[in-house]
Amino acid sequence: MKFFNLNQRRPLSKLLTAITAATAVTLAAGASTAIAKKFDGVTVNVMTFTGPQIAEPLQRHAPAFKELTGATINIITVPYSDLYSKLLTDFVTGTNSVDAAVFAPQWLVDYADPGYLEDLSSRVAKDTALDAQDISPFFRSFSTQYQGKTYLLTLDGDFHMIYYRTDVLKAAGLKPPKTWDEYLAVAKAVHGKDMNGDGKADYGSCISKKRNAQAYWSIMSIAGGYLQGQGTGQGAFFDTKDMKPLVNNDAFAAALTIYKDTGKYAPADEINLDVGDTRGLFTSGRCALTLDWGDIGTLAIDPASSKVVDKVGASMLPGSTKILDRATGKLETCTTKTCPYAVDGINRAPYAAFGGWSGGVNATADEQVKNAAYDYFSYVSQPAQSNADVTKGITGFNPYRLSQFNDMDKWLAAGMSKGAAQNYLGAIKDSLSSPNMLLDLRIPKNQNYQGVVLDTAIARFLAGEINVNQTMETIEEGWNELNEDLGVEDQLRLYKATLGQ
Amino acid sequence: MQTHKMNVKRKRSFGEMLDQASPKLLILPTVLIILFLAIYPLLLSAYLALSRFKLVRGGFELKFVGFRNFKKLLFGSQEYHFLGTVGEILLWEWLLIVIVIAALCRWMFRYLRSAKVTVVGTLGRSVTLVVFSALTVLAFAVLNGTGYPGSLMITLFYVFAGVSIQFVIALGLALLCAQNIRGKNFFRMVFFIPIMVTPVGIAYAFRMLMDMSQGPFSPLWTLFGLGEFSWAADASMARWVVLIGDSWQWIPFLFMVLFAAIESQSKDQVEAAQLDGAGAWRIFKDITFPAIAPVAATAVLIRLIEAFKIIDLPNILTNGGPGIATESMTLHSFIAWRTQDLGGSAAVGYSLLFIAVVVCVSFFNFIGQKTQPKGA
Repeated sequence: MKFFNLNQRRPLSKLLTAITAATAVTLAAGASTAIAKKFDGVTVNVMTFTGPQIAEPLQRHAPAFKELTGATINIITVPYSDLYSKLLTDFVTGTNSVDAAVFAPQWLVDYADPGYLEDLSSRVAKDTALDAQDISPFFRSFSTQYQGKTYLLTLDGDFHMIYYRTDVLKAAGLKPPKTWDEYLAVAKAVHGKDMNGDGKADYGSCISKKRNAQAYWSIMSIAGGYLQGQGTGQGAFFDTKDMKPLVNNDAFAAALTIYKDTGKYAPADEINLDVGDTRGLFTSGRCALTLDWGDIGTLAIDPASSKVVDKVGASMLPGSTKILDRATGKLETCTTKTCPYAVDGINRAPYAAFGGWSGGVNATADEQVKNAAYDYFSYVSQPAQSNADVTKGITGFNPYRLSQFNDMDKWLAAGMSKGAAQNYLGAIKDSLSSPNMLLDLRIPKNQNYQGVVLDTAIARFLAGEINVNQTMETIEEGWNELNEDLGVEDQLRLYKATLGQ
Repeated sequence: MQTHKMNVKRKRSFGEMLDQASPKLLILPTVLIILFLAIYPLLLSAYLALSRFKLVRGGFELKFVGFRNFKKLLFGSQEYHFLGTVGEILLWEWLLIVIVIAALCRWMFRYLRSAKVTVVGTLGRSVTLVVFSALTVLAFAVLNGTGYPGSLMITLFYVFAGVSIQFVIALGLALLCAQNIRGKNFFRMVFFIPIMVTPVGIAYAFRMLMDMSQGPFSPLWTLFGLGEFSWAADASMARWVVLIGDSWQWIPFLFMVLFAAIESQSKDQVEAAQLDGAGAWRIFKDITFPAIAPVAATAVLIRLIEAFKIIDLPNILTNGGPGIATESMTLHSFIAWRTQDLGGSAAVGYSLLFIAVVVCVSFFNFIGQKTQPKGA
């Protein structure tokens, strides 16, 4: 077999054309590589939690960002329970192997106060592509700022809400719950019914209750409506007079009882379920009710994994007809004076739990690395990327831009019906605009208050180790001890500052 | 004489001095490395246990707080976590406690009346007496169904129940494999595999295996009506699942050591006993076990030390839950460290070190030494 036929005669013009074309392609390629990009040779190590949520969009956008700027984005993931300490250890020990991170804005105070995070205020002010004014004021200020300076860029908007199966409730002649007593009644009424047609009995309620995971916000979602009636500035964690924890009273006892009672209509291993597990159960059609962040709304419309497409409703957190009298520690029926924001006598306090994943930059990184890290977070947050990301369940990003609440087209294109989109976005908007919104704890070492003391006591309570009173005493003792360790006056001052007092 | 000595000193050359000092000089690097890698961290963590770690602008601050971290564990907000929640001790339980403590006191009394009394021996035995008496009371107070164990008693459960079960099963397997059976080498290899798997891998494998509703055995569980049962929600069951996983990993270690000991024992005595008509149990009790006892004691001691450090299985299988039902002391310490409570974490670590040393030294002195051949 001959590869070249030397005897074959080719026209000279063809040969010249081929040579010219090849030369042109080579020159063009050379020219494109010759154009220096802004961050050529810069590598940014970004740490976040093991996905797929959050890590997925960060990894997915990295190649496009490299194409644009030349910067290599290296995403490092660690389990959620390790993220806080991994970052802190890296900063404190001066290892500084992490150039930037995407984490809970609750931890901002612990990272920003010692000076580990870069002040991004001037960068944000100059960044027109970010369109910062389009970010909801709550996420733009409360979630990203510390002592008036901006340290984080918002990538996600978070609120706890409840989700319900519209078809199941309709078939049972029930309405979405507005109070936690109604939540239990609905869960009880539908528990044991087959909700996904597989012939098996399904569950009335599925709430993630796993210890050392992301479950410890749930108790405050229930307690909020009993504890806070005077608006956002009142707060629900401590008494702003003396920093006394508001966890040993009739309101918290009622919340604990409800929380435990939801387990009567739940999977047997609910105590060991993480949020990913309950989301899987809900989208596979096995639960009538659940308590979660905005993720369920978008996960439910993914036809590849969801059996509940267009069968899911969302609602602001239920509330209570009773409110805590902080002087006596007893529950009193809501009045216009004690619950000025109550509707139909029901006081609701939508909980801005967690606050939305946000990106911060290590203050000790090289200037070019800091610039590249900031630009990357800005790129991910810009409407062109973010508007699409918030409609995909896998991203873990929930709406946080004003345009994302108003522009229905993106949601319809993502597969949500108009009614479902209005319902889902309406629930978040209602929460976001509530004058009685419950702010998350943002004082130093809040991770110890919530992630250790509260989480452990709740886990023991759910496991039956301790009763309601012992649980409340344990949390109160633990929080008081932390207050004393860190300085009661300092903690009170910072707590009041987060509430705008 | 004085003048003569000084003259001798003056005559020593530099080479002689170097030669004399060479042993010290040669071991100096090793000593320094050991000091740096072992003693220094030990001292630093001791200081940490007596301090409070706080982040401040530009770094961190360690504030000396005395024994506050230990006080918190034994009498303060972490008492439930470390010691457990004390339940009601019934009369018969008190009687058992009194019997155990009386036995310990008798043992101490016999030692004091013996001819081998030493200051160190008395001190060591006094510590053992106090620690074991306290642990006995605590065990009855938190494990009798009315209380709840803390990480201390949970760790001791993994140590004593785990190592006992593992020893019995490993001994049984070793005795079986020591018989003239076909495929002996194959079984030896198969039994050894689990120890080569990383503990994290074992934990994840067990997590999958023990998933009653979606795991590979779920059809079997469902067949037995256990499809909706969750071991993870039951404190006692969860502890046993952790213990089963731990046993699966560590039985091979004990098996290999015991098997080697059985194989190396003298066959003459066994054959002589068989000729005399001794049964299998008698041969095991009077010949095999005494022969392998020194090796077995050493293997158990190593296993005891290792068992005190259990963390991977409870961390991955249950996150220490339900509640704190499966949380070992190492996991307790790790969780405290994870939330920057470095002082609390070090205090738990030092408590673990103290208990482990008391238990292991007691085992070595009172069981390990008795297994040594007489005259050794």
